[in-house]
Amino acid sequence: MSLITEIDYGTPASRSDKTVTLTIDGMEVHVPEGTSIMRAAMEVGTKIPKLCATDMLESFGSCRLCLVEIQGRAGTPASCTTPVAPGMVVHTQTERLKALRKGVMELYISDHPLDCLTCAVNGNCELQTEAGNVGLRDARYGYAGANHLADKKDESNPYFTYDPAKCIVCNRCIRACEEVQGTFALTIDGRGFGSRVSAGQMESFFESECVSCGACVQACPTATLVEKSVIDIGQAEHSAVTTCAYCGVGCSFKAEMRGEELIRMVPYKDGKANHGHSCVKGRFAWGYATHRDRILKPMIRAKVSDPWREVSWDEAIGHAASEFKRIQAAHGKNSVGGITSSRCTNEETYLVQKLVRAGFGNNNVDTCARVCHSPTGYGLGTAFGTSAGTQDFDSVDETDVVLIIGANPTDAHPVFASRMKKRLREGAKLIILDPRRIDLVRMPHVAADYHLPLQPGTNVAVLTALAHVLVTEGLVNEAFVRERCDWQEFQDWAEFVSKPRNSPEEVAKVAGVPADTIRKAARLYATGGNAAIYYGLGVTEHSQGSTTVLAIANLALATGNLGRRGVGVNPLRGQNNVQGACDMGSFPHEFSGYRHVSNDAVRSIFEKAWGVALDKEPGLRIPNMFDAAVEGTFRGIYVQGEDILQSDPDTTHVARSLAAMECVVVQDLFLNETANYAHVFLPGCTFLEKDGTFTNAERRIGRVRKVMSPKNGFGDWEITMALSNAMGFPMNYAHPSEIMDEIAATTPTFAGVSYAKLDEAGSVQWPCNESAPEGTPIMHIDAFARGKGKFVVTEYVATDERTGARFPLLLTTGRILSHYNVGAQTRRTANVAWHEEDRLEIHPHDAEQRGVRDGDWVKVSSRAGETTLRALVTDRVATGVVYTTFHHPSTQANVVTTDFSDWATNCPEYKVTAVQTSRSNGPTGWQERYREQAEQSRRIAETVEAAE
Amino acid sequence: MSHDNSPKKLVYMANQIGKFFAPQKHETAVAGIANHLTKFWDPSMRTKIVRHLSDGGEGLDPLVREAVQTLRVEQSDDAGYFG
Repeated sequence: MSLITEIDYGTPASRSDKTVTLTIDGMEVHVPEGTSIMRAAMEVGTKIPKLCATDMLESFGSCRLCLVEIQGRAGTPASCTTPVAPGMVVHTQTERLKALRKGVMELYISDHPLDCLTCAVNGNCELQTEAGNVGLRDARYGYAGANHLADKKDESNPYFTYDPAKCIVCNRCIRACEEVQGTFALTIDGRGFGSRVSAGQMESFFESECVSCGACVQACPTATLVEKSVIDIGQAEHSAVTTCAYCGVGCSFKAEMRGEELIRMVPYKDGKANHGHSCVKGRFAWGYATHRDRILKPMIRAKVSDPWREVSWDEAIGHAASEFKRIQAAHGKNSVGGITSSRCTNEETYLVQKLVRAGFGNNNVDTCARVCHSPTGYGLGTAFGTSAGTQDFDSVDETDVVLIIGANPTDAHPVFASRMKKRLREGAKLIILDPRRIDLVRMPHVAADYHLPLQPGTNVAVLTALAHVLVTEGLVNEAFVRERCDWQEFQDWAEFVSKPRNSPEEVAKVAGVPADTIRKAARLYATGGNAAIYYGLGVTEHSQGSTTVLAIANLALATGNLGRRGVGVNPLRGQNNVQGACDMGSFPHEFSGYRHVSNDAVRSIFEKAWGVALDKEPGLRIPNMFDAAVEGTFRGIYVQGEDILQSDPDTTHVARSLAAMECVVVQDLFLNETANYAHVFLPGCTFLEKDGTFTNAERRIGRVRKVMSPKNGFGDWEITMALSNAMGFPMNYAHPSEIMDEIAATTPTFAGVSYAKLDEAGSVQWPCNESAPEGTPIMHIDAFARGKGKFVVTEYVATDERTGARFPLLLTTGRILSHYNVGAQTRRTANVAWHEEDRLEIHPHDAEQRGVRDGDWVKVSSRAGETTLRALVTDRVATGVVYTTFHHPSTQANVVTTDFSDWATNCPEYKVTAVQTSRSNGPTGWQERYREQAEQSRRIAETVEAAE
Repeated sequence: MSHDNSPKKLVYMANQIGKFFAPQKHETAVAGIANHLTKFWDPSMRTKIVRHLSDGGEGLDPLVREAVQTLRVEQSDDAGYFG
């Protein structure tokens, strides 16, 4: 295996379909119109010296190293900024150019430390390389003149250093921050010789607006910006392309290795989801993989009050299997179940549901998508016939109007947010429906045209009001509706939305959004060109989550914003493999490919493949499992890669449910919160330690590649296999590719997927089969998967979670950039430097009424429970609304959230909880009891060595 | 709401489903509710709601009552390795 190096063409590719022919150094070259001479030369293998140019960025023309001569033209233009022209004759190496380049390089080197041997990027430095390329042997100016060699290094960022002494002021870092990331955190301070890269206003990198995405580090041609891991360890000697295990964007990275030690994760330019960009989590926050908290040996215990006892894999697996068998023998086959994880691979998820359906003999399998995007499955499945987003990420490049509902892309899907911001800077319009002023409402060079700060819980009312405007103002795309949808269903829907109670004027009274703003937003969505909707958990995690998804689909259908690039309905998936976990048959009512268990033909496919009769009835969903556990009918659970105690709502109830079970088996990297109630702990492995695939929010299936041995000894798929074999249902896969082959053989939308196909194509978007051998970037082009698009009436039903005198505020929850979900991974990295605790955001007015100051400890109480955390006084939230994240178990945000859930899917209503807040002196009784119980539960008995 | 699969909670959940289908035509709504319960509720939950209706169906909205009346629950016991 070798180090993967990508060609740097110097400038971005042109999208023109016109071809230009020119001659470079005697060679005829054919390139698209608009291509730079630098790129055209590189296309035929001629590498013109350069420093300020790189193909991730627009050309800049500052370093003066890439000069060329063009026959018939005066001077020596920069090849990066000069486009090709028909018949042009270019010379890249002449006596004149050689002298010029050497002179330029002399100037650079005269103000650069000559410490190449001990420099972190020795051998991988563009300045060093180009100095050699231009034949520099000496700098005539000497090194004693004015210079920047004593400039102070900035080591404030946890992951990289900024050494101004090595900076050649090429501006690549600044342009990367602007063009690629869109944060505009960097600038040049000073003029002429005094020009220096500055984070913010001459602040340290850590204190500035820098979001630590790593784009500047990647762009830097010297060691000015370099990863601390490279400084500490050295440079990599081999690499493999893999898929990030954080959010649903599914970025491709090169895992750069030295032996089995990970040196750094570098975003892969050919990655079709991220095109070479990254965020602070995927790029830097991988240290959890080797964190001392990782549990590497299996453990069992009789009671959760006992300390853990380390045992062999055989004993742990045997004990878990015998317990499940014992429980089933005593309480029936439906008394156990399993939970698959969106953090695990498709292959692992598929195996867990197979174990439950075929090994346990019931359909009591569910996945963490239950608590996030299950309404997406229901809503989009109903409206379009497929439980997935309609577009690829690249589609946003052709969007004219972006409509974001209940999503915060800059925090939760940062790499896609950068793409979106780029399009917005190019002029696309922006509508945001969110109770909170998310960053995209107003940030450098981006401002929402309309922000609808609706009251939590009123999504359906507002979306139906938008539809009211479309219908009553004649903005419906009737031709599309007549051709692609059921006309009668449309008429029923149109009649419903036209009713006066759905008018913006009426809805304004409950939603708190001015009617005029609703009307203007609707007009813009309908008439602004290609309009695309992006949504997140602010849509799904409501008692009307599924209705909201249907209301979104209605808008897209009514305006014809489906079936082509630039438009569509795009759920932004939270975890890395939410889409995949759903695709793989993790829900209790359906097999892989979203086919109901009651379908005899589908069931027979699996009965034949697995050699066992399967249950035709749906199983229990996660909340139903909890309820059944309290009731005493559900007594054993296998939880792979999920922390249900921390992530599910109403923690007190979840704890009570787990405590009621006789056998809780947790498979995870760490002793997570759920493990406090576990009887068997099976140590899992990280995405770096196994092969598999993840499927991102755009249905893109990408490879996960093993780059180091599993520290626990086994891939997660092997552990499930062992458990299944111990249960008596045989599984014998030699490699995850064989599991994918089985998925392809049983699932029509995956029929064309194999590891060979993924190796060849890089990644593919399902459906990938005979009809679409290269995958499907855009869905529903000529017809919907279900035939006709379905309009559904979406009556607004207010949640039963109401504010009142006792609980007058509405709590809504969300995520922050530096942390991921329950924080099990990111809390074990330096990302805690940005967010060491969850805070309660509260409006200054509400804070003043309660005597709460910024930083005070406050108690948050709901009818479900109470917790304490520190206050952050901010007008990002409206009066009457408070907000917090749920990344830290000590905060226990979900002690407060309730058991109200979506009518269709039981997805919890995380986004609306009536609460009261007051100043507090410290942790609640629950928090103290919980901490004590967690400490007791995590004890591991010392192993007694056998006497020699 | 109570914290188990008790009739009270199931009645609440069924009525939630009923409220979604309520604006649709009567027959469509009743069929929609019944279909939803059949597709997404496990047989033990359906059995309980059916039994609750036969015990008088306290709390069930009229449309939901009609839908529950149409439910037939068959416990399958021939599935799986242990079947």
